[in-house]
Amino acid sequence: MSGIPHDHYEPKSGFEKWMDRRLPVIGLLYDTIMIPTPKNLNWMWIWGIVLTFCLVLQIVTGVILVMHYTPHVDMAFASVEHIMRDVNGGAMIRYLHMNGASLFFVAVYAHIFRGLYYGSYKAPREVTWIIGMLIYLMMMGTAFMGYVLPWGQMSFHGTAVITGLFGAVPFVGDALQTWLLGATAVGQPALNRFFSLHYLLPFVIAGLVIVHIWAFHTTGNNNPTGVEVRRTSKEEAERDTLPFWPYFVIKDLFALAIIMAVFFAIVGFMPNYLGHPDNYIEANPLATPAHIVPEWYFLPFYAILRAFDGEVWLVIAVDWITFGIVDAKFFGVVAMFGAIVVLALAPWLDTSSVRSGRYRPMFKIWFWVLVVDFFVLMWVGAMPAEGIYPYIALVASTYWFAYFLVILPLLGVIEKPLPQPATIEDDFNAKVAKSKGGKDGATVATPAE
Amino acid sequence: MFKKLTLGIATALGLTAGAAFAAGGAGEVYDYDFSFEGPFGTYDEMQLQRGLQVYTEVCSACHGLKFVAIRTLGDEGGPNLPDDQVAAYAEFWEVFDPAIDDFRTATPNDKFPESGLENAPDLSLMAKARAGFHGPYGSGLNQLFKGMGGAEYIATLLAGYTGEEKEEAGTILYENIAFPGGWISMAPPLYGDDVEYADGSPTDIESVSQDVAAFLMWTAEPKMMARKQTGFIAVMFLTVLSVLLYLTNKRLWAPIKARAKGQGQPAE
Repeated sequence: MSGIPHDHYEPKSGFEKWMDRRLPVIGLLYDTIMIPTPKNLNWMWIWGIVLTFCLVLQIVTGVILVMHYTPHVDMAFASVEHIMRDVNGGAMIRYLHMNGASLFFVAVYAHIFRGLYYGSYKAPREVTWIIGMLIYLMMMGTAFMGYVLPWGQMSFHGTAVITGLFGAVPFVGDALQTWLLGATAVGQPALNRFFSLHYLLPFVIAGLVIVHIWAFHTTGNNNPTGVEVRRTSKEEAERDTLPFWPYFVIKDLFALAIIMAVFFAIVGFMPNYLGHPDNYIEANPLATPAHIVPEWYFLPFYAILRAFDGEVWLVIAVDWITFGIVDAKFFGVVAMFGAIVVLALAPWLDTSSVRSGRYRPMFKIWFWVLVVDFFVLMWVGAMPAEGIYPYIALVASTYWFAYFLVILPLLGVIEKPLPQPATIEDDFNAKVAKSKGGKDGATVATPAE
Repeated sequence: MFKKLTLGIATALGLTAGAAFAAGGAGEVYDYDFSFEGPFGTYDEMQLQRGLQVYTEVCSACHGLKFVAIRTLGDEGGPNLPDDQVAAYAEFWEVFDPAIDDFRTATPNDKFPESGLENAPDLSLMAKARAGFHGPYGSGLNQLFKGMGGAEYIATLLAGYTGEEKEEAGTILYENIAFPGGWISMAPPLYGDDVEYADGSPTDIESVSQDVAAFLMWTAEPKMMARKQTGFIAVMFLTVLSVLLYLTNKRLWAPIKARAKGQGQPAE
């Protein structure tokens, strides 16, 4: 697919011409920033900028933190307290980094669910989606390893639990876990390598982000209608699009400023709101906290991990069929990673030819159930695995898989979609006319639309 | 944690409190009002100084503050003691100096000594480590207005002995309303009138408990005042920036929308 036709960079001054013959970097930046962007993008298209900002924030604050941090089991906790007490601005930088991770995940979940609703994963944007999923996986890895570094109680025992998951792999589990930790238990080797990888992965993410942007700049942005930009001529394309600068840059910056205001309110007034108090106790291998709870952004998948325990008939059946090779523990691990795999496979599991959920009346309902399901999983992931909670977790986990493996494939066949607008221009014009025409403009621009 | 947001749905404030301490039964924590709660709350210098006195005369017999440098007692936004008082106070302590392989008199640049008793935890971060994030004082947006709950826990615990004792495996345990599980191995440290304040403040057990709890909140979060100030300035700045960007955005898009409105009408 060729890109959307638009004006390209023309070197004008003598220096620009000189540079352009040698390294066409100005042209590359110009074409990137002036990319034709569908003019009907709504407020759910701002998360990309927020995510880019988060990555920069985390790298900048992280690099400063590293200057004062000591990756040693006897000194890590004290070095974090040194940052909090003695380093100029250290407390603020660390709280920004801590809460920056949460903002990163808020944004990435909003970004992912926006993609799911508007069918942004569908052809020809599968590669963008897959790279996005890789970024998401690396974010989870980075966040997990970063949480280990302060060497508090949750850091230590959380690591023991999560790396223990790899120990559940049949036959090679113990060897795998030992290889990951560099020892048979969480200790100095694990802390050192997690520190190293926590520094490395953000730069890998930055590289993938460039590829992610490259991919969707090749296909063009999706938009709330899912209808493609007309690209037979420049004139036609220009009626569907506006250049990214200044129209979307300013719009995105406005959204970013509001989000930053909320973010700084949390950092300034309740920076430990999203953390766990046990992590202010130095790691002690001999005292296990009563409840080991991962950070909030892992809770949905943690809930899926725990949902498939040894009392679920499916787990019992698989255990029996595989002669105990796939036991309950390993089944849970497979389910947890499987939950992300089915998400990544959405482009091929969704059989509908209509891209945007806006024109899919049945899909809409199932989609919103999925959103609720995600929050239920998050909630139940924080609850102890007793009483009613395992049942809730099981039902919610089952829905997660059913949505991707059953509902998405079936809907494409049985659903009768609504008529879509012919062009993006029509949609934009209708939206503008509606929002200014009547008093109930709010019905047009609901947050998700 | 995010569950607190989702919990609004479940009206499960009590439910989580129970869950967090399910292992040993929920402790009861009183919602004391501290001066440092809320976005504009500040430490009460005099209260921190009284708390320091309680810590020095009572708590430090067993507990330590190994992350707290004595010089920080002179910090603004903290107890704010004058330099000469900090220097005089430091001489109260003996610290181990590896350079001379012996104990010597502390200077303001030294940290407080570590716990003297092996099973007495260090108190530097106790107010954050025992923050009732999951309890009624840390649920939902309470934390924004009520603080983290750690100081409340400490104050309730210190004044929360019922007087009951029992012996278990050779250790005497004391019944306490705040401690999860109900039985704590620390003997009641305060009985009322344990200290004599120079400023004549009340020395009943509840007042003294709150004073030392406030002091321990400061040792756990010494930069709270600076943090809140930064937060406030940032929020103000970003709010103004948002308004400016909103107006810029509106003006930028106005001609585009005006054109679209003209074209959009017949299509309706």
